[in-house]
Amino acid sequence: MSGNIKFVQGNEACVEAALYAGLEFFAGYPITPSTEIAEHMAVRLPGIEGKFLQMEDEIASICAIIGASLTGHKVMTATSGPGFSLMQEALGYAVMTEIPCVIVDIQRGGPSTGLPTHASQGDVKQARWGTHGDHAIIALTASNHQDVFSITVDAFNMAEIYRTPVILLFDEVVGHMREKLTIPEKGALEIVERLRTSVKSGVDYHPYLPREDGRLPMSDFGGEHRYNVTGLFHDMWGFPSSEPKIVHGLLRHLVDKIQNNVHTITRTKEYHLEDATTILISYGSPARSALHLVENRRSRGERFGLLELQSLWPFPYGLVRQKCRNARHIVVVEMNMGQIFNEIQIAVDHPERVFLANRIDGVFITPTDIRNIIRLIQGKGV
Amino acid sequence: MAVKDYIRERFFPHMWCQGCGHGIILNALLRALEKLGMSKNEIVMVSGIGCSARITGYVDFHTLHTIHGRALAFATGIKMSRPELNLIVPMGDGDALAIGGNHFIHSARRNIDMTAIVMNNRIYGMTGGQYSPLTGYGKMATTSPYANIDHEFDTVAISIAAGATFVARATTYHVNEMSKIFEKAILHEGFSVVEVMSQCPTNYGRRNKEGDASEMMEAYKKITTPINSKAKQENPDLIERGLFLQVELPEYCNEYEKVIAKAKKK
Repeated sequence: MSGNIKFVQGNEACVEAALYAGLEFFAGYPITPSTEIAEHMAVRLPGIEGKFLQMEDEIASICAIIGASLTGHKVMTATSGPGFSLMQEALGYAVMTEIPCVIVDIQRGGPSTGLPTHASQGDVKQARWGTHGDHAIIALTASNHQDVFSITVDAFNMAEIYRTPVILLFDEVVGHMREKLTIPEKGALEIVERLRTSVKSGVDYHPYLPREDGRLPMSDFGGEHRYNVTGLFHDMWGFPSSEPKIVHGLLRHLVDKIQNNVHTITRTKEYHLEDATTILISYGSPARSALHLVENRRSRGERFGLLELQSLWPFPYGLVRQKCRNARHIVVVEMNMGQIFNEIQIAVDHPERVFLANRIDGVFITPTDIRNIIRLIQGKGV
Repeated sequence: MAVKDYIRERFFPHMWCQGCGHGIILNALLRALEKLGMSKNEIVMVSGIGCSARITGYVDFHTLHTIHGRALAFATGIKMSRPELNLIVPMGDGDALAIGGNHFIHSARRNIDMTAIVMNNRIYGMTGGQYSPLTGYGKMATTSPYANIDHEFDTVAISIAAGATFVARATTYHVNEMSKIFEKAILHEGFSVVEVMSQCPTNYGRRNKEGDASEMMEAYKKITTPINSKAKQENPDLIERGLFLQVELPEYCNEYEKVIAKAKKK
């Protein structure tokens, strides 16, 4: 077991997890603070006969992984805010064509070139609504390297189960920080493999006809079944259609397959929530500072708790509402201008009890920063 | 296998305008595949967006209709993961060389084995006739109502400069020549570019007073000449057609096999 302990950056933890989950194809383009993911992939993938490609830009990167996924491989790309913006159109293509893929965004300060080497969580809403048109999306996050590992494996599993792109929204602090990672033994974490059709060669295969359980078995592109894939609205054979019934049905399917499974997709960690009157809600690296503060207050007998979100989209409104029912103060700790704060206000019974503890200056938010804001909320001054 | 076995007959008649050259390109391509005796299962066709891109709907291959300009990037992902497949990537002129220009030159530079077809009708047809990077100086389009001041790319020169190892030009008038070029391009191991001059009477010919489809095709006979012809020496304005370049250089998927071999030794 000791051989499986590493001291690594979060970016490397993500690479290890992707390989554990069965990644075979990576295409990317260098961008701070995600570049180490591409560098480690370049070293590791050829050794297992996987493919690593450095493409001409982020658009080409995501297009290449979508193509590779269609042929039956687990795929990933990694980038940061500016590159993530470039990927948005193709991300929508993967949503529409239901092609599994994982997109890692190691968030840095924005907009524009912003703060390439500093921490931010400014891409939360971009992950949700960056691509055009109605759609549903899965976005996951984590605050430490062990969780980066398990949530990355989850991301690959969900991409296969729901036939959808899954976004891993990490931040610069998690990406670059070094800490201990224990790589689980093979088989310790569940791995979901590609669901392939049982339809035999020569029999009519419908690439977009869901089974009774809602899943769509795939046929490796270029293999025994010939079919069409298009970003246009399409029928169950994959051919373009603008028939209102088909358009309506496909859009509902794309949204419902994820929104209806919000309970299955939701990932959270809870600390001292049972009797908490002040609940901190956080995600990614700020959750570390929030947890530090909560433990500190608990040791002084104050009823503080932390709800750490590890899945941001689909947003778990019902769960947040239920957990916050008895809280007098709900403090959302994040490194943006309130991108999850807004969602919490929508979720809870008393939006006036929700406060934002944030930093937007590229500096990591500390327990002291949070404490100062809580003192203001409690009317104690700074 | 007969040509009609390669098509998805139920989607005909096609959606291209009367007189459009794109159907002639489809015909020449299918005849080339027939000559080569290729089976439908070994061909993957990837297209982008535009009039040209609709070609994927009509052929009974593995077909991927992607987003504007990015067909080559999708095709790269497919080819790298399944190198045994034959990739054919038809693109429009705007698709290949405006929005997709970056992917075009970098795919050529890698010399990845696929056949890129630039279906050059010198206009954005699907959106109603805006100028493209291949429209040409002085030409009329809905977005150049006072005549175009953009100069055009030379697809052949760009392809050669970018590193393509097979570069050819054909026209819809010289249809047998085009079909033979397709045969060679598909057999070539490396990045092949075939530019086909294709008439758009609806959105290009009409505005530029080039007549109907047959007149536009007749014109290809007059304004083009085989490579290195005497006619070209006498009239440098003639556009050359034929095979400009075919060289054997290391192909990208093969090169990657070497990377795998090195990585495994470590």
